[in-house]
This record gives sequence, C-alpha cells and structure tokens, in this order.
Amino acid sequence: MKFDPKSYQTLVSRRAARSPILPNCLRAFAVGGMICALGEGLSHLYRAWGAERELSMTLVSVTLVFFAALLTGLGIFDLLAQHAGAGTLVPITGFANSVVSPAIDTKAEGLVLGVGAKIFSISGPVLLYALLSGALYGTVYYLISLFR
Amino acid sequence: MQKPILFEKPIYLLSHASAVGGEEKKGPLGECFDFCDPSGRFGAKTWELAESELSRITLSLAMKKAGISHRDPDLLLAGDLQNQCVASSRAHACLGIPYLGLYGACSTSAEGLYIGASLLSASNTLHLAAVVTTSHFCAAERQFRLPLEYGGQRPPTAQWTATAGGAFLITDQIPDRPCAKIMGGMIGIPIDSGILDASNMGAAMAPAAAHTILSFFEKSRFSPSDFDFIVTGDLGYEGSEIMKGILCDNSFPLLTNHLDCGTLLYNPEIQDVHAGGSGCGCSASVLSAHFLPMLEKGAARRILFLATGALMSPSAILQGQSIVGTAPLVIFEGEETFH
Repeated sequence: MKFDPKSYQTLVSRRAARSPILPNCLRAFAVGGMICALGEGLSHLYRAWGAERELSMTLVSVTLVFFAALLTGLGIFDLLAQHAGAGTLVPITGFANSVVSPAIDTKAEGLVLGVGAKIFSISGPVLLYALLSGALYGTVYYLISLFR
Repeated sequence: MQKPILFEKPIYLLSHASAVGGEEKKGPLGECFDFCDPSGRFGAKTWELAESELSRITLSLAMKKAGISHRDPDLLLAGDLQNQCVASSRAHACLGIPYLGLYGACSTSAEGLYIGASLLSASNTLHLAAVVTTSHFCAAERQFRLPLEYGGQRPPTAQWTATAGGAFLITDQIPDRPCAKIMGGMIGIPIDSGILDASNMGAAMAPAAAHTILSFFEKSRFSPSDFDFIVTGDLGYEGSEIMKGILCDNSFPLLTNHLDCGTLLYNPEIQDVHAGGSGCGCSASVLSAHFLPMLEKGAARRILFLATGALMSPSAILQGQSIVGTAPLVIFEGEETFH
C-alpha cells in the first residue's frame, strides 16, 4: 500500500472539520455573560439583605457553585455545556462541574479510593498549579519585602 | 505473510441477536434490534455491570432464537471495551462454557467471528461456537475519556460509542433453515499511521481498513463487484471518506458498494453523534440487525465485512504514542450463493 504517515497526518489534520469557532464564541459570550449578570444580580441582592461587599462576593460564588453542582447532579449541566462551551466552563460554574462530575462518576468505587481519590481528576491540575503559583508569588513577595 | 483464507466447508450462522440502548433505538435501524433498554442500565447498578448484562442478554437471545437452550456451545468467544474484557467474562462466568476473551477494540466482532469460524473449520470436535461483543457508551466514556456529567464540547471528528451488543451462534453442521454462512476471512495487519488525536478514531482506523481491502483483493480471486456490500465497522463519516481517499491514492477503483456501520446506526440530523457511531457493539449489532437478515432473505448474496479497531489507551496517548488501527475481515454469503 502506498502510504506515507507524515503526509497522512497533515492530510488528516487539514481535512478534519473544525469546531465552529464564531457560533461557539457567540454562545459562550451569551451564556457566560448571563451567568456573570446573574452573579452581579445576586451580589446586589445579598447587599440589599445587609451583607458587606466582600461577604456578598463570597455568597455569590457559593450560590453559583451550588447551582452548578445541583445541575450537574440532575444531569442538566452537561447538556447546557455542550452548547455553551466556555460560557459555562470559564466561570466558577465550570470548576464546580469539574469537581462534581468525577465525584458522581466514581461513587460506585467507594468513598475513599473512588470519590476521594478521583474527585480532583479534572480540576487537580488547576488546584495544583494555582496553589504552586500562589506559593511562589508569596515567596517572591516575602523576599522582596525583606529588602524594602 | 498476510493471506486470505477460504474455509473448506462453510460455517453457518445458526442464529444471531442484537440488543441496544435508547440512543441506538432512536436511530434508523431502531426497529430491527431484538432488545432495547432505553435507560441503558439493563437492570444493573453500575455502567460496567450494565455492559455485562447487555452481553448476557444478547447471548441468551441468540441461544433462544436458535432453539438450543438444551445444548451449550462448545466454545464462547467474547469481547468488550472494558479493561481485561471484564464485562464479557463476568457475564458468562456461570455458563460453564469454555471461554476466550478477545480484545480488538471495535474490531472484536470480526475478530471473534473469524477466530470462531477458523476453530470450527479446523476441528473435528468443536461444532458450535458463540461469539458475543458489546460496547457501552457510559462505561467507555468513563474508562477512556471524561466523567459522564462533565460539561465539555466534543470536536466534530469525535465518534459516539454505541451502547450495543451482538451475539452470533456459528456451527459447522448444516442447519435445517436458511442461514448466512461464513466462507472465510483475513486477519488485518496493525497499522500505525501516527495519529495522536483520540477524538479522531476514524483517521486512526482508515489506513488499516484500506490496507486490508487492498491486500484482500490483491491476494484473493474476488473483485469488489463480487460483493453486494463492502461493510466497514465504525470508520464513521470522517474515517470512511479518508479510507476512500487512501484507496483512490492506490489506484483502487471507487467503492460504490461501501457502507459503514458507524454511519448507519444513528440519524445525524437529529442525533448529536458527530462523526458517527463506534465501539465493538456498533458493528456487531448492525451486522446482526441489518446485514445478516439481508443474506438470509436473499436481499444480498455476498458481503465483505471488515470491523475496524482503534487500539487506544489513555495512558499511551498521554505519553505521546500514536493510535494503532486494525481491520480483520470476514466473508459472508447467503444460502443461495452460486460459486
């Protein structure tokens, strides 16, 4: 068979249909924007109920995480995310989904080696490198402050 | 050296059965399957056990159709997509039938039928073999990709692992009713085409399918027009086009009788399956529900069936290793074929 793997790989990646970037971006913008607007609305609501600005921000995150987790559990989140893409992934809702979905998936494998070990299988890299860069930033900040 | 084999005596498909999940039932062949559980649970607690149950149900349906519940097959060849083929071994552990677990990824249906037919053909003591292959969307997604409820977008070249199973009872003894026959086959050569993208299995399998087709027609007395259909397992829309391109580059005449099970199982207009169906239950269920009845009813005389497998491991992909494809081939004939 006449076949050159190198040119084949080029052909395959050239002919593969791309995800529709513009419609995906527009949907992500709309859904992501709605989630953020909802967050803003909630923050106003919490402040109207007497929460400080800082506390209202925390409450907004908690509320959005709660609803994202609930919708994941009800099997609705992934259906929405299929269309919304980055719109549901980038806000804190995406993080909640990335923690709850492996937890649901591994429930049958037990609470320790199933849920416990695999709950951060998707969000693990985010957590690790966020903590690591936080620690690095803190160290550099501390060292600089010594010489000021 | 790769050689097509024609058996001295044909091996008869005494009976066969298919069982599917809800998504497959909604597809164009929905009415042709023998059993469906729309929930995909098949009465089991986990998705892995559901696949086991699917395998068990499919085989018992085929046994029932053959009317041989009083007689055990001499041999059971079964495979699925789970590690160590646990779905198959668990499903049939209590049957007391000698068992060989097979793994050829999505090519397991043709692999099993070819090995089973070869064993029956070569032996004087084995007369009845069962071949069962299954795949389950939820068990496969969990093992190979992401959690089921994870909210991500699939690229257009991704395929949908079918929740489906096919079971076949094959025998070397002439049955008392019209049955399709296995005349021979050819084992595929694993082809590493350097594809690293686990979302483009069609591209990983297409070179193997093209290689098997080219090699078979070069080395056998057959030409493509001798077959009513040349059926590939699960190249999907993307892989089918790529395979035709490779055949064209090799100056092979255009296949006008090519069909792919991955493109037959779902309706892309209303089902969000991207590049089509896949999984070892895809080709097995479509073979049982669609192609074998055509041979039995005389709507087709001879079919060339290549199940295509992408031998993918998530760890190997992360280590930058490419996906090797393979495509074993089986020749089916109807009862009234003239030689």
